[in-house]
Amino acid sequence: MQSWYKSGSPWVWLSAAGVSFSLIAVLGLLWLIASRGLSYFWPAEVYQFDFTDEQGQTQSVIGEIYDREQVPYAQVAHLNLPFLSSESADSEQASGEHLTNEQQTLERILIKTGNRELTNLDFRWLFQGSIVKQSSPEHIAVIERRKNGDFYGFIDAIVSGGQVVELSQLPLLLARARNLQQQVKKLERGEIRSVNFELERLRLHERKLLMKNQLDQNTQQEINQQRAVLEQNYRAFEQSLNSVREQLMRDQIIVTAANGRQVSLDFADILQITYNNQLTTLDKVGLFLKQLAVFVSDEPREANTEGGVFPAIFGTVLMVLLMTIIVSPFGVVAAIYLHEYAGKNTFTRVIRIAVINLAGVPSIVYGVFGLGFFVYLVGGSIDNLFFGEALPAPTFGTPGVLWSAVTLAILTLPVVIVSTEEGLARIPSSLRHGSLALGATKAETLWRIILPIASPAIMTGIILAIARAAGEVAPLMLVGVVKIAPSLPLDGDFPFLHLERKFMHLGFHIYDVGFQSPNIEAARPLVYATALLLVSIIVALNVGAVAIRNRLREKYRALEQ
Amino acid sequence: MTLRSGSAKSRLLKNKLARYFITLGGVGVLFTLVFIFLYLLYVIKPIFDDVEVDALASILVNNDSTSQVNHTNSSIAFIGLDEYQQVAYQVRQNGQIDFYQLVDSDFHRSGTNILSSSLAGNEPLAVNNNPVVDIVRSANNKFALLNSDGQVNLVDVKFISRYLADSQEIQPRLDYPIGKQGFDLVPNQAKVELFSYATEQGRSRFVTLTSDKRLVVTTISKKQKQKQKQKQKQPAAGITALNIRYHELAKEVNADQLLITPDLSLAIVRDHNLVSVYRLNDLAERRQMLNESSESNTASILSSENSAAVELSADIERYNREFLHSQFQPFSSLTDKANISAMSLLSGSSSILFGSSKGEVSQWFEVMTSRGRVFKEIRQFDVGDNAIVAIYPELFRKSFFTLDSEQDLGIFYTTSEADLWRGKVAQQTSLAIAISPRADALLVSELSEQGGSQLTLFSVDNQHPEITWRALWQRVWYEDYPEPAYVWQSSSGSDEFEAKFSLVPISFGTIKAAFYAMIFAIPIAITAAIYTAYFMPSKLRRKVKPTIEMMEALPTVILGFLAGLWLAPIIEQYLAAVLLLLIILPITVLLVAFGWHKLPKDWKLMLPESWSPLILIPFIILVSVFAFKFSSTFEAWFFAGDMRLYVTEYLGIDYDQRNALVIGIAMGFAVIPTIFSIAEDAIFSVPKHLTSGALALGATPWQTLITVVLLTASPGIFSAIMMGLGRAVGETMIVLMATGNTPILDWNMLQGMRTLAANIAIEMPESEVGSSHYRVLFLAAFVLFVFTFIFNTLAELIRQRLRDKYSSL
Repeated sequence: MQSWYKSGSPWVWLSAAGVSFSLIAVLGLLWLIASRGLSYFWPAEVYQFDFTDEQGQTQSVIGEIYDREQVPYAQVAHLNLPFLSSESADSEQASGEHLTNEQQTLERILIKTGNRELTNLDFRWLFQGSIVKQSSPEHIAVIERRKNGDFYGFIDAIVSGGQVVELSQLPLLLARARNLQQQVKKLERGEIRSVNFELERLRLHERKLLMKNQLDQNTQQEINQQRAVLEQNYRAFEQSLNSVREQLMRDQIIVTAANGRQVSLDFADILQITYNNQLTTLDKVGLFLKQLAVFVSDEPREANTEGGVFPAIFGTVLMVLLMTIIVSPFGVVAAIYLHEYAGKNTFTRVIRIAVINLAGVPSIVYGVFGLGFFVYLVGGSIDNLFFGEALPAPTFGTPGVLWSAVTLAILTLPVVIVSTEEGLARIPSSLRHGSLALGATKAETLWRIILPIASPAIMTGIILAIARAAGEVAPLMLVGVVKIAPSLPLDGDFPFLHLERKFMHLGFHIYDVGFQSPNIEAARPLVYATALLLVSIIVALNVGAVAIRNRLREKYRALEQ
Repeated sequence: MTLRSGSAKSRLLKNKLARYFITLGGVGVLFTLVFIFLYLLYVIKPIFDDVEVDALASILVNNDSTSQVNHTNSSIAFIGLDEYQQVAYQVRQNGQIDFYQLVDSDFHRSGTNILSSSLAGNEPLAVNNNPVVDIVRSANNKFALLNSDGQVNLVDVKFISRYLADSQEIQPRLDYPIGKQGFDLVPNQAKVELFSYATEQGRSRFVTLTSDKRLVVTTISKKQKQKQKQKQKQPAAGITALNIRYHELAKEVNADQLLITPDLSLAIVRDHNLVSVYRLNDLAERRQMLNESSESNTASILSSENSAAVELSADIERYNREFLHSQFQPFSSLTDKANISAMSLLSGSSSILFGSSKGEVSQWFEVMTSRGRVFKEIRQFDVGDNAIVAIYPELFRKSFFTLDSEQDLGIFYTTSEADLWRGKVAQQTSLAIAISPRADALLVSELSEQGGSQLTLFSVDNQHPEITWRALWQRVWYEDYPEPAYVWQSSSGSDEFEAKFSLVPISFGTIKAAFYAMIFAIPIAITAAIYTAYFMPSKLRRKVKPTIEMMEALPTVILGFLAGLWLAPIIEQYLAAVLLLLIILPITVLLVAFGWHKLPKDWKLMLPESWSPLILIPFIILVSVFAFKFSSTFEAWFFAGDMRLYVTEYLGIDYDQRNALVIGIAMGFAVIPTIFSIAEDAIFSVPKHLTSGALALGATPWQTLITVVLLTASPGIFSAIMMGLGRAVGETMIVLMATGNTPILDWNMLQGMRTLAANIAIEMPESEVGSSHYRVLFLAAFVLFVFTFIFNTLAELIRQRLRDKYSSL
């Protein structure tokens, strides 16, 4: 024992525990996010619970099991639950153990009951002890809707245009509703939005002319004419939109909820109907993949707590791309300076310290700087110079995707510099000497020899910068991200890329839905799914960057030999 | 190739240009950092700027022969100006009001008399045909006129602004909120000696001292329309129906000055040096409680009628005690006794300011003590040696202006105890001073040499009086607080809100969060770094190191989300298990180590010691599962069944679900990879010949590590910790999501905090550009910048030196 202690082995093991702990933390975290995130898409079994309530009546509830927990008896003793007295007496007799009530725990399950229009709460706790019967009837339908969340119940009848039709018509009618919804969306998002955009542009044009005193009779007339045409178009589109909407309201479905109440649901609101308890594993996998695809490609509903995250993905990607365009040249040039041109003097040391500090300054400070300098100062000046007609409504003088990209470019600059410089350092100096000896200038050597060889290192730097930028939220909260953006920063209206617009971001989406939404409990699975998406993107980027770097190292090792 | 590159000259030129361009890019990095630093400073600087007062315009009035009325027989009582500093007015003792254009505009030359009128109405200078004998102005610049018959009327001076093309015209207007007729200020035609007036949201209140030394409160409010209909007594058009109530506060009162707070809740009566405060805010209720049976003394009249039957006999003595709230004598503690020479109310209805004949200003407000609410002297301002003649408070902020007997003006701010400006604004005797509604200008009226008077407009550049070094970093006694405190509370619904900008609680929160994160992270990160760099076989190291470093790439928003919504509830429920793990995890590790030591040789070969991190993983998981499983049992044994309850009730510690423990763990995770990565590099690059030498001399690997490796690498480890600290201090999302964000000063591990970074993220989007709040948030960002700059620079310098040392070894 003493020799064991003297060998220092216990300390070695304790330090090994640090590694184990870190590994558990990383892998556990990834596993947690992955399991919670993926289960969001998996179609869950739906149960019917018959239970006795506080008054001793039997009631039934339909829903998915969401969570289980053990509650100490002491915490619920004051509730005076009817089933407790009989049950605890039973268990004591049965087991013969003398458990005091204080040490006993009760199991209770959290059930997602949906049906938001019937009950205020999406969830309810049931004590395992109070449940009389738990069954999973095959005919329970899970109805995913545009509003009010999911509905669990039994389908009684389908009403089409006032007539009751057969249940087998369901897929057909659903397809029809989906088709019509798509038309509505196309009209709203496409034509009507375009007309509105044109009208606004016309108004600004008119105001600009007015401010410059260049608005004469002719142009005024021209503008009025254009406006009349646009407004006519608008009315026409609106009319067709209304007619489609009317057609949508034709069909209803009659369903019975768990407590026996019959509810009529419009087909217009229904997205999908599944019988989860009838699904085979293969069906479930199919549904799982479909839900996953919908999540990535669809737009959010119900204040982001349902639906997909497409605008957030799009916003993140666009902002990161803009940032890459800005940061790459600067980062590479700075790295080349530091490695190829700078002498070994104090000034270089100062620049290196500046690089480290740029990497170490808290991201929120960049946000503050970006808001003050880019948004209010630069953006405000741009507005005064070029967009005077829209004032006091700011164009660039308000947070937007361009300012976010610029701010994050400063933030990720050191990432690119450090990675590129490391790549440059690995290039054997024999290559430089060879090139210079053959008469090339330093610039030519750089351009034709060094940069092509260093390009994978530059790639690595850029990928790492992208990964860093994709996960950064704090500065974006100040310089451009919003909860719900009415339109994407890239669309079919000239000039197509709207740099002044605000955008949605995956990271902010997590913060917003997880902490600012009214129904956090219901939104939590979606947050896990979003988190999973973000983590997988970032981990993939990092793994890719590391892989490129490792390949590069191997290559240089070969060059040196 | 050479052909395409052009002539030798152009190639050299290109080479040169490339050199310049690249150098520019390199220096640009330094420039960026310096620029951010300078820009933050540029935004912060105005809060520490000195106040500036400059004369803008000056006009001579009253020597104009075209003026319709000869006013020389009546002196100036009040002056005022509109919020755009275009039009000034002066009010004479007899009720005459004259408006003058202050600066040239498209409509009027400066000095033009825009409008002359009587406050009481167009022609006669009277209320109901009796001459005006006294005028009182409320804190929000509304006038009450008293005529020789004891009747009062109310007048508001309003400015209507009209925009035409590029210019703006300000038109003055007189408004009569209760119509043009008056009402009795006190019942029974009693003579009025002194009175004061305040109005708020359609309700007005007067405190009057009658010549028979009674103190009477008069409250008027417009009648509800519904009640009128019920009574079926429609008043004639143009006459407003009023509710008038009279209350007698006290008898046998002497007074030099009366004041009433703008929220109508307190009446302040000064008799030489004795100040009495009467409570008015529940007059009606108290009256009913005291004397339910007696006849109501509230008179509901049409204001056109002058007959208000009021009975005020009962329980006067008891009223005296009920209404009189407190009495005190400011400046009585001074050795050479000074007299009160001026009294004024600070904006916000809480504080009273007293000026003394010896040149001090003293601020008093109510403070909650064990004996109830008591008026206390909060702070004194030393203005000079001359007596204070008048104190002028600003309308919304806690600034005040003092004027002493030598015509010296002083500008002060109470909360920050800032002595902002001293100087003279009048050559001659100044007659009156007015502060513009936005507090950005000052109007001074003085006698001019040509006879008549001169109005001078001064611009006052006093943007951020509430921020001083003292207000930011020291204890400040705020209104309604029992004692001086460090408080951060930047906004509220009210205009007169006293902003509390103490950076202490949020800086403290930052340090607290970083402290708990470091306590969690340092042991794990450093031990992991030691093992990975020194003991781990390189094959395993190549896998383990990137895996741990992967954690650094995890977005902090995800860590924050998990900490707030997953970890915090778990810790709340299994607090006992978490504490238990702290003890049993190290014990488990040692037991496993000892168990491995006792294993037979063959087994040891199969499971070499270098695999210990992997061997430990299942044991750690198992023990953790065990701890959580038996958490409730453990709680039942030691903590009476519910640890949370035990902590709050028996130990008296407050428990927040999102607390420093959660932050410690979550932010610890965020910092571990930073510390691990740098420390591991430092230990790994310790030259091999040093360790080989130690091992050759017979030291065990552990001894070699402690005595040689760690000693050599210690600067690197220190620099790693510095870097980690820098990251923990500036981390935003985790703290934002996993704490309650309450700015409190408490080291308690089970309570939350608010950090500088989270504070910026929460409040920046809502702060108004250029406001004090905006600049203080920039200051917070600057503090963060400087903090992390110091940590990072220190760490980098140490690393650079260490690198040189290694290469020389």
